[in-house]
Amino acid sequence: MKKYVIIGNGTAAVGCVEGIRSVDKKSKITIISEEKHAVYSRPLISYYLEGKTDLHRMKYRGDSFCEDNDCRVLYGTRAVSIDPEKKLVALNDGAKLDYDALCVATGSRPFVPPFEGLETVEKKFSFMKLDDALALEGTLTKVARVLIVGAGLIGLKCAEGIRDRVGEITVCDLADRVLSSILDADCAKIVQERLEANGLHFLLGDTAVRFEKSKAVMKSGKTVEFDVLVLAVGVRANTELVKEAGGNVNRGIVVDEKLQTTLPCVFAAGDCAEGFDASIGANRVLAILPNAYLQGHAAGVNMAGGKACFDNAIPMNSIGFFGYHIMTAGAYDGEMIEEKTGSGVKRFFIGENRLKGYILLGEVERAGIYTSLIRERTPLDTIDFDLMKKVATNMIYSEKERRKTFGDVV
Amino acid sequence: MKRIYVNEKWCLGCHLCEYNCAFANSGMKDMVLALKDKKIFPRIHIEGDERITFAVSCRHCTDPLCVKSCIAGAISKVDGVVKIDKTKCVGCLTCVLVCPHGALSLGEDGVMQKCELCLENACGKPACVTGCPNRAIVYEERGDKA
Ligand SMILES: Cc1cc2nc3c(=O)[nH]c(=O)nc-3n(C[C@H](O)[C@H](O)[C@H](O)COP(=O)(O)OP(=O)(O)OC[C@H]3O[C@@H](n4cnc5c(N)ncnc54)[C@H](O)[C@@H]3O)c2cc1C
Ligand code: SF4
Ligand code: SF4
Repeated sequence: MKKYVIIGNGTAAVGCVEGIRSVDKKSKITIISEEKHAVYSRPLISYYLEGKTDLHRMKYRGDSFCEDNDCRVLYGTRAVSIDPEKKLVALNDGAKLDYDALCVATGSRPFVPPFEGLETVEKKFSFMKLDDALALEGTLTKVARVLIVGAGLIGLKCAEGIRDRVGEITVCDLADRVLSSILDADCAKIVQERLEANGLHFLLGDTAVRFEKSKAVMKSGKTVEFDVLVLAVGVRANTELVKEAGGNVNRGIVVDEKLQTTLPCVFAAGDCAEGFDASIGANRVLAILPNAYLQGHAAGVNMAGGKACFDNAIPMNSIGFFGYHIMTAGAYDGEMIEEKTGSGVKRFFIGENRLKGYILLGEVERAGIYTSLIRERTPLDTIDFDLMKKVATNMIYSEKERRKTFGDVV
Repeated sequence: MKRIYVNEKWCLGCHLCEYNCAFANSGMKDMVLALKDKKIFPRIHIEGDERITFAVSCRHCTDPLCVKSCIAGAISKVDGVVKIDKTKCVGCLTCVLVCPHGALSLGEDGVMQKCELCLENACGKPACVTGCPNRAIVYEERGDKA
């Protein structure tokens, strides 16, 4: 019998539990969870405010998850240090847990730059946790003016979630475009127009430099009056536990394709980890939910003595605003091929006989076929890529390949 | 487990499977009332050109990326069948982003849907297979991957 300990209780932790249990049905699993809620789907906090889900449905796993998987969760408990030599995790209540294999799945936290006068703002929130969403919800009124700092995924999802519950929303960002981490300038412009048509106001290439209670003074000198402030500037990986224990840490906890850190018997997965990104051929934090699960699962399998190698991670996002869908994947280098479709645009990035990346706006049908070409590094001269510029289709593959997919077990 | 298998050489491209699927999952008793003059939302679709056609539906993958990627934990695999809990889905399309076979689509209600082998509707076995006039889709046991 082994003892497994997981720090954090998010998607990566669930992946880890399910990975462990795919190999080892018996040994003890203990999860240390700073948050007091049963594991929930973090991306759903904006859908909760929008009324598209509720506290029960947004649970990531069913109520019997812990029982079914025989794991113990220490809610409201924080891990404060790791002793890799004695294989102990110290908790904030003074207790110590010993482990044979440890998974650090601590996620990330909001990055809040030091704004002058921030302490004078009464109603200010981050947007990362269910408790953030619940606290923000308490301030939403039909006349509230909301200022969101950050036009990235989190800030804009927040805006969508609260739009119908507030008076006015202004989003500012130092970047000159929305979703700057996943869209190029042209695509960002199209998306911004959609968002504006849905009532959002933008101040781009500009950001708050000083707050005076309910007033933000912008870099440009403009001022914005608001009642509620949401700070969604960016996130930072929670790497401290591993760093202080002597493990290798860059922007995230450095892991290999087995999800092992540089500390013996210590694994890391999810938003806190910096694993191999096949689209750029180097390590990078990929703070997306599928990656958290896949890394967690692979870590779990390896912790339990199985063999899992996760070496084909790529960045990818599917995000919708007010019914308009956006999908992106891979890296945007190589030659760009654009295809205009009915309600949108497709941009493919091609180089070295491979699909490197794409941006799809509006029409996203069967996009997983494109994603798979990036992930599997499929040589483009073995398929008929031209066939699928407009709509993704399995026709690009040879009859033999199709027979494998649809006439056999996959 | 039993799965759906497709033989494209025998597919006539008649789209009957799409209609049978939409009807089977409509919960209605009368096919005409269920489908006539309506846009249908089947969980199987025909792809192809003038020469080749074939039916595409969920492969119930051994390693289902959709299950691992769903941001709401709405997709699960139970006894080999990959299912969606429609009450949990928020329509983010992350499953569409990752499914390598293009097997998922949005339903009429704006919520994701996929083939669940008709095991829980009134048919009890895949309606597309039952209705295929040329045995281009079959439902049979061909083993499992390790
Ligand atoms: C608003 C929002 C929308 C998003 N939308 C999407 C989306 O549409 N698609 C997508 O792919 N991704 C999305 N994401 C990102 C996605 O939520 C994350 O990638 C994913 O949740 C990461 O999972 P994780 O398990 O690594 O970390 P988390 O879910 O952050 O879990 C980590 C947990 O560890 C706990 N913890 C940290 N330190 C300690 C400690 N020392 N002791 C005990 N517990 C600790 C934390 O409290 C937290 O509960 C979104 C994120 C947000 C905030
Ligand atoms: S939806 Fe796609 S990824 Fe999921 S099991 Fe079916 S074929 Fe596989
Ligand atoms: S669309 Fe629904 S089923 Fe698909 S990933 Fe999103 S929440 Fe899950």
